[in-house]
Amino acid sequence: MPAPLIEMRGITRTYVMGTNFVHALRGIDLVIEEGSSIAIMGQSGSGKSTMMNIMGCLDQPTKGTYHLGGRDVSRLSRADLAQVRGHMIGFVFQSFNLLSRTSALENVEMPLMYQGIPSRERHKRALAALNRVGLSDRADHHSSQLSGGQQQRVAIARALVGEAPVIMADEPTGNLDTRTSWEVMAILQGLVAQGKTVILVTHEADIAAYASRVVTLRDGVIVDDRRQVPAKPEAAA
Amino acid sequence: MSLFTTLKLAFRAMWRNLVRTLLTMLGIVIGISAVIAMVSAGQGAQESVRQVFQNLGTNVLQVLNGSQSSFGAAGGMGSRQSLTWDDWRAMDPSHGGEISTIKWVAPVLSAKAQLASDEQNWNTSITGTTSVWFKIRNWATSKGEEFDDPDGDSTAKVAVIGQTVANQLFPGTSAVGQTVRIQGQPYEVVGVLESKGAGPMGDMDDLVVIPLKTYQQKFSKGLAKYIPGQLIVSMNSDDEADHTMAAISALLRDRHKLDSSQDDDFRIRNPAEFAQAQQDSTHRIAMLLALVAAASLLVGGIGVMNIMLVSVIERTREIGIRMAVGARPIDVMTQFLVESLVLACIGGLLGLALGAVWAHSMADYFSWKFVFPATTAAIAFAVSGGVGVVFGLYPAIRASQLDPITALRYET
Repeated sequence: MPAPLIEMRGITRTYVMGTNFVHALRGIDLVIEEGSSIAIMGQSGSGKSTMMNIMGCLDQPTKGTYHLGGRDVSRLSRADLAQVRGHMIGFVFQSFNLLSRTSALENVEMPLMYQGIPSRERHKRALAALNRVGLSDRADHHSSQLSGGQQQRVAIARALVGEAPVIMADEPTGNLDTRTSWEVMAILQGLVAQGKTVILVTHEADIAAYASRVVTLRDGVIVDDRRQVPAKPEAAA
Repeated sequence: MSLFTTLKLAFRAMWRNLVRTLLTMLGIVIGISAVIAMVSAGQGAQESVRQVFQNLGTNVLQVLNGSQSSFGAAGGMGSRQSLTWDDWRAMDPSHGGEISTIKWVAPVLSAKAQLASDEQNWNTSITGTTSVWFKIRNWATSKGEEFDDPDGDSTAKVAVIGQTVANQLFPGTSAVGQTVRIQGQPYEVVGVLESKGAGPMGDMDDLVVIPLKTYQQKFSKGLAKYIPGQLIVSMNSDDEADHTMAAISALLRDRHKLDSSQDDDFRIRNPAEFAQAQQDSTHRIAMLLALVAAASLLVGGIGVMNIMLVSVIERTREIGIRMAVGARPIDVMTQFLVESLVLACIGGLLGLALGAVWAHSMADYFSWKFVFPATTAAIAFAVSGGVGVVFGLYPAIRASQLDPITALRYET
């Protein structure tokens, strides 16, 4: 059995809203092995966004410990957390979050800038990442010149370029039509086959079906955790 | 992130909002150019004042007749004649004067007179003095020669004329050797003085110099004992002015038999002090103007801060994305800081250029010397960089402190 890539123990997250405390997460224990695909499901307000933020090192737990790749990241400074994100996690967002008026290639290069990788090397690696998502011929296109599916593929290339072991996808198909969704899910499944750990955050059961494990949250606790045979995207490209 | 990459990002961000970038820069450009122009103008004006007084001769003192007060009403300067020809000789080392710091002394008498050549006529000031005057004034002839009359004994009817007089009376021909009539009397022009241009009292080249005795015979009225003019004294060095003035004062008081209850019946003036005072006041005005200009630079800096704040808000989502992919707060801060720094520095460079042009045209207009204040330029450029950092810091810090989660969700 592979070593756990993600290990969360007793994670709680409490927000202070004025004089009220909002308990977004109330004691999460979760272990994820490297190379697996997992879907985090739940209605809005279930705490799945908070869960994703903490897993993605965008936020920190109020209590509990979070080990990512064997390192305790639950009490890091903002700067250290940023570096952990850069090296360990690739984000894919529902709204793509590409920089406008910037070419696909430069969007993909961006994470490497913050790792201090020289320009030529960045270029090479970004092209390779675009190639992996089948967009090397669109490298010079600006994001506004790309279709939604293409934009999401650029975002996946950006998540891949830093060789981060975890791909964190937040409703990756939320803005895409069915056919394009299949394409994107096929690419993500392909990444799992190549050893990446893909975490899908979604409220759609048919998207969660592509994962080998589904964790369901409700009111800040895990109410269901089951393993399944992942579905195959129907008209995979 | 490498410096080059950071600079590239900054230039791209500025290029995207070119009009806004240029308008923001304009604030810095105006501020810096105003500082440069004002300091340059101040230095130019000061330099002009300095040159004007230098043209009067350096290390020079003037000894003038005192004012007479009759029934309590003080007359003007020189209203009472008290300096005697013997006073001159007692001061002049070539006549046995004993004040060691004095080099030369020349009496200067002057009057307005009508001149005529064969073709033209002209009204100007006639100066009667010895040939020592040329040495004291450090004034050589450009054509011909000065007359040789160190002791003021010559009655030769010769004249050395200023460039303006030469131009007026002998246009297009050489004045030397020609005859000029001064109040009807013919004088031979033996020399034309080098041009000195405009002075504090107008055109310095508008004068005629003739030998002292010749002048006395033709122009002087009044008692032969007194000098109806002034003495100009040249000292061995500028540092001796106070000492020399005290020595002259003591000598003249003794010669005029003044007791300690009586005021001086003569005046000693130090043109260098005059020049200094004038330079000081010019300097103060220049500093005041530069200060006003500096205030406009401050306004420019506030413009930079304003735009950077807007830019941070507009680019909140971009900041969120950059943070998500691994930008540390310091990376975000550096990016915005470099942007405002580059903005201000380019503005500063343009300001230097514009300031130089501005200062140059002012120097032309007021006909003073164009001085490019290199030190001020360097400081102003550094200050523009400083403005970029100081006014960019707050927006940059705000950008770096954004929460990536909120920033990613920000809708523009």
